[in-house]
Amino acid sequence: MRAGSTLLHAAELYRDEHRERLRLFSLSLPALILVICVLVIPVGWLFWLSFISDAGQLSLEHYRRLASQASYARIFRTTFEVSFYTTALCILLGYPLAYLLAQMPRRLAAICMIAVMLPFWTSVLVRTYAWLALLQRQGVINSWGMEAGFWSEPLPLVHNLSGTLIGMTHIMLPYLVLPLYGSMKAINSDYLKAAANLGASPVRAFWLVYLPLSMPGLVAGSAIVFILCLGFYVTPALLGGGKVILVSMRIATDIEMFFNWGAASALGVVLLVLTLVLLFLASRIADFDRLAGGAR
Amino acid sequence: MNQGAALPIKIRHVTKSYGSFKALDSVSLDIRSGEFLTLLGPSGSGKTTLLMVLAGFTRPDTGSILFGDREVVRVPPHKRDIGMVFQSYALFPHMTVGGNIAFPLRLRGVNKTEIARRVNRALETVKLGGYADRRIDQLSGGQRQRVALARAIVFEPSILLMDEPLSALDKQLREHMQVELRQLHESLGMTTVYVTHDQREALTMSDRIAVINKGSVMQLDTPSRVYEKPSRRFVAEFIGESSFLPVRVQGGDAFLDGQRLKLDDVPGDGEYLLMLRPEKLRILGEEQKETQHFNLLEGRVARFIYQGESFVLEVVLPSGSQLTVRDMTSSSIMNSLPQPGGVIRLGIDRRDSFLIPEERP
Repeated sequence: MRAGSTLLHAAELYRDEHRERLRLFSLSLPALILVICVLVIPVGWLFWLSFISDAGQLSLEHYRRLASQASYARIFRTTFEVSFYTTALCILLGYPLAYLLAQMPRRLAAICMIAVMLPFWTSVLVRTYAWLALLQRQGVINSWGMEAGFWSEPLPLVHNLSGTLIGMTHIMLPYLVLPLYGSMKAINSDYLKAAANLGASPVRAFWLVYLPLSMPGLVAGSAIVFILCLGFYVTPALLGGGKVILVSMRIATDIEMFFNWGAASALGVVLLVLTLVLLFLASRIADFDRLAGGAR
Repeated sequence: MNQGAALPIKIRHVTKSYGSFKALDSVSLDIRSGEFLTLLGPSGSGKTTLLMVLAGFTRPDTGSILFGDREVVRVPPHKRDIGMVFQSYALFPHMTVGGNIAFPLRLRGVNKTEIARRVNRALETVKLGGYADRRIDQLSGGQRQRVALARAIVFEPSILLMDEPLSALDKQLREHMQVELRQLHESLGMTTVYVTHDQREALTMSDRIAVINKGSVMQLDTPSRVYEKPSRRFVAEFIGESSFLPVRVQGGDAFLDGQRLKLDDVPGDGEYLLMLRPEKLRILGEEQKETQHFNLLEGRVARFIYQGESFVLEVVLPSGSQLTVRDMTSSSIMNSLPQPGGVIRLGIDRRDSFLIPEERP
């Protein structure tokens, strides 16, 4: 009698739990549908398009063209180079900045963080045009520099690789600083005290303890910056002056000038695949660090 | 592992203020070579600040600290060459157990084979042989504590600092580690400064205890003297339980509510407190008459609390003062106990009747 009633009870509880799970799933349904509509279907459509030849046949034509034409290889190389340099510059500028922020008292750090974030909240287009105004031949920097007598000819600061890198680094910097700052803030100051107590000078304590512990944030930030750079369009298009051609620009020309959706899609697919491979590699490194306890 | 000769520590007039708060107020303390000294005090008493000053993480406003003959106030932490076990253990999560213990040796340029040998020996010392390749997050709290200890002693420092190293462990493990730490100290012989707020831990482990409150040393003495003969009310209250009864000393005699007390030594005239430890009070039966060894007290039982191996009685004296009495739960005592509300006669040995000066707050 008693055993029977407990069994009934258990079955009822199980059904309750099942119903609860269904209810939770139904709550996430609208978001799921949205993601499928605006992400999965278009990406799948592009993927499909990239395998359709100009004549409307199913073929690898676009990919063959990508592999055979040297200009495409050059564009991919430039894209990766520009992304790599931008990421390197962001690390060079961002690491000391994040370190400084992490060492500041909380309130001061919050104020300085706003200074880092402020450009982040401004339109990329506005900031890019601002850099154009600063860097061009008759721009602010060149006219000041020449007036002060630092240099006599206008420096070629924009419409080339350096202009592209300056603009992209500026726009990408917060993406690196934010995760890095978070990861640095999570480092217990006892670790550095212990390092010092065990005989590590401040410099060695930094290299042996602080840097490895901040690595998850650095890897995450660098991965975000690098991947965003791979698909960046507005800033390199305006500041590169046509001399620095990235994959994103080639996609734009293919569509705007040649209406060749297949070719553009193939470029997009290759870029997407390369990005995913990189993201996977980065996550392996970051995961490895977390496994070693670096996240704490 | 006895090469690192122990060093005495001399602390002279060390003061440290944070704004108007004096964390350390002209602290002077001599720690003997090879001694296990505990800094005991409530949180915010300055005991941790003093340890941080010794480690070099906090610079005092004034004062001097000598390790042996070496003045260290201006020596940065990484050049002090002292071991430290942190409350959080601070084991580097990106290194293995062996990597953590090898860290101080690597910094000192010890060669690889010697490092391996000493890491293994340190692991054996803390009974974690074979754990060198484990990751830190695979260890239990007690094992982490041992690794932290191994890392602090592997480079044979002459001074070892410990900041509440057992506070994160559960009670059983803590008591076990107290004994083990004490044994380790005896075999290694380094001067050890141990910070805790746990009075029992301090009493169990220390050669001497420095009771710290409000940035000053209240009393520096052996565990038994700190417990039996506290120098002031704060010490008596912080360490162990005690009841206090007001006593007036006049012309060489001490009076408690008009009753003359038998004391071993009577201090000068003034207001005092008779300190009564609950376990030192004896419950006397009807037949036991006044003796010359006991001071007698009579009151009524207010409450009986059963605590397993012992019991506690709360007793109210005619003057209104309250006392606590503790005794073992043996049947002979339990059967003759008066009920709550009943009259009870208590005796305290004259050698345990100890007066401490009344402090006006």
